[in-house]
Amino acid sequence: MTVTATAPSAADERLGKPRAMDQLIKRPEIGAMLGALLVFLFFSVVTEQFLSVGGAATWLDDASMLGIMAVAVAMLMIGGEFDLSAGVMTASTALVTALLATQLGLNVWLALLVSLAFALAVGALNGWLVMRTGLPSFIVTLGSFLALQGLNLGVTRLVTGSVQVSGMREAAGYESAGFLFASTFQIGGTSFYVSIIWWVLFTVIASTVLMRTRFGNWIFAIGGAAQSSRAVGVPVVRSKILLFMTTAFAAWLVGSINILRYASVQANQGIGLEFQYIIAAVIGGCLLTGGFGSAVGAAIGALIFGMARQGIVYAGWNSDWFQLFLGVMLLAAVLVNNMLRRRAERVRR
Amino acid sequence: MTSLIETENIGKTYGSVIALSDVSTVVNAGEVTCVLGDNGAGKSTLIKILAGVHQHDQGSFRVEGEEIKFSSPREALDHGIATVYQDLAVVPLMSVWRNFFLGSEPTTKFGFLDRKKGKEVTKKALSDMGIDLRDVEQPVGTLSGGERQCVAIARAVHFGAKVLILDEPTAALGVKQAGVVLKYVAQARDRGLGVVLITHNPHHAYPVGNRFLLLKRGRALGSYEKSEIDIGELTRQMAGGAELEALEHELRGVEA
Repeated sequence: MTVTATAPSAADERLGKPRAMDQLIKRPEIGAMLGALLVFLFFSVVTEQFLSVGGAATWLDDASMLGIMAVAVAMLMIGGEFDLSAGVMTASTALVTALLATQLGLNVWLALLVSLAFALAVGALNGWLVMRTGLPSFIVTLGSFLALQGLNLGVTRLVTGSVQVSGMREAAGYESAGFLFASTFQIGGTSFYVSIIWWVLFTVIASTVLMRTRFGNWIFAIGGAAQSSRAVGVPVVRSKILLFMTTAFAAWLVGSINILRYASVQANQGIGLEFQYIIAAVIGGCLLTGGFGSAVGAAIGALIFGMARQGIVYAGWNSDWFQLFLGVMLLAAVLVNNMLRRRAERVRR
Repeated sequence: MTSLIETENIGKTYGSVIALSDVSTVVNAGEVTCVLGDNGAGKSTLIKILAGVHQHDQGSFRVEGEEIKFSSPREALDHGIATVYQDLAVVPLMSVWRNFFLGSEPTTKFGFLDRKKGKEVTKKALSDMGIDLRDVEQPVGTLSGGERQCVAIARAVHFGAKVLILDEPTAALGVKQAGVVLKYVAQARDRGLGVVLITHNPHHAYPVGNRFLLLKRGRALGSYEKSEIDIGELTRQMAGGAELEALEHELRGVEA
């Protein structure tokens, strides 16, 4: 620290003009942006359909369903927690909606509302358990992951006698709810799913909350140093519970999109997706240790997923290669993130 | 003038362990009360009572003349008692200004963060304390340990603390850095705050302190005004005589 007698002038002479490159490298999503650009260019050159409007509609849709969840999971990770039950939750919420609408004959809108209440309750329970017990969220949500998986299969089989709920099309309110969650819109004669708009909207809102609100400031703080945050009056418990509820809300959104698009749902859906969400968030620049990351980055991470998964199909390769790509991508992202964090945490003594 | 904080024969037991017993001291506005003692002397227990983390079970604790028992750190904060802990001061990955305003963020009338105001006020508050940072957007983790303490002190001062409790602010610092932090302690004192400085280093306490409370094994070994004691005596009392030679040797190293 340099201590001077005079008050500093507005423009500090010790600060050179910030170089664009230096500014860029500080952003958590920069690695993901470069990765996305590479993947995009690669498949644009290698395949024909990838760059077409129809191709874009396909990989954007793939990315959007993953992206909505990845953004919510990224917020939770910045807040210092994991949610392994996020993947199964997308199936649970769809099942609740479907069972209520088809078995009890509820209006789809009402079923969606009950399903939302269910999701928020599970999210709150996850958060409350983590905060109350002080156990790692990894373990607590692993428990709720398994419990939900069991409930999904058990209840579905008990009620319908099979592991699938279908027949949503006959339910009242399916058309109007479907318009909101599962319709398509036209650009240049090609249909795009409305889920893409939800994804963009969710990302914009999440990013605004993170960067421009008090709550966003608290999310970074509780993930970076929960004790210090508590000491200056940040409501740590309430904030973390809210984050778990946000993840549950996103799972409800994705579950609703799924059930209204396909009109049926498998009870074993969503298993394994939780890791894809975390991977997308990490590729997007989130630290596994919390306190650092970005919502836009997670959305781009999901975009990389979508582009690579569909690009491999267009290239006519076996989809087995996707896993290899994923592993390499994840390792590269973690290494880049680690380097960035060390820069940020570098202590001058 | 009533004192900001006054304790009279205050004490605290954890089960059968007597952590603190019969400690009396006073903190006045514009003065520094130093609490000295070795590890396990009861320094932490005393400040935790003052900061509202623990409650005393003997004696009386008055804040501005009013008998009080805090139930939480938040309540102590509401009475103008801010505590800066040695290792809990800041969130390393967040920028200086975001740290500065953490928990008391400025917002625009639409409820969004007022980032411009946040940065300006942080820069101004820090420079008012004589702390001149290059860039309030840099992560706090890139600052040195001393600078981080300074940011935490400036934050407490800015948000209207009347009493500033500093828990071993110089413990992990080099000689020069410790000097800088002590300068800001004096700075806060001159602005009319009452400061409680916890340390085990008499050479850090003596230059800025007005009053010295020595603790040993949970009891007050002595309480002196600056006029009543010199640094040699303070050191001798702390060391208990026996380890004096080794300590003097160590201190000579510090002075050099």
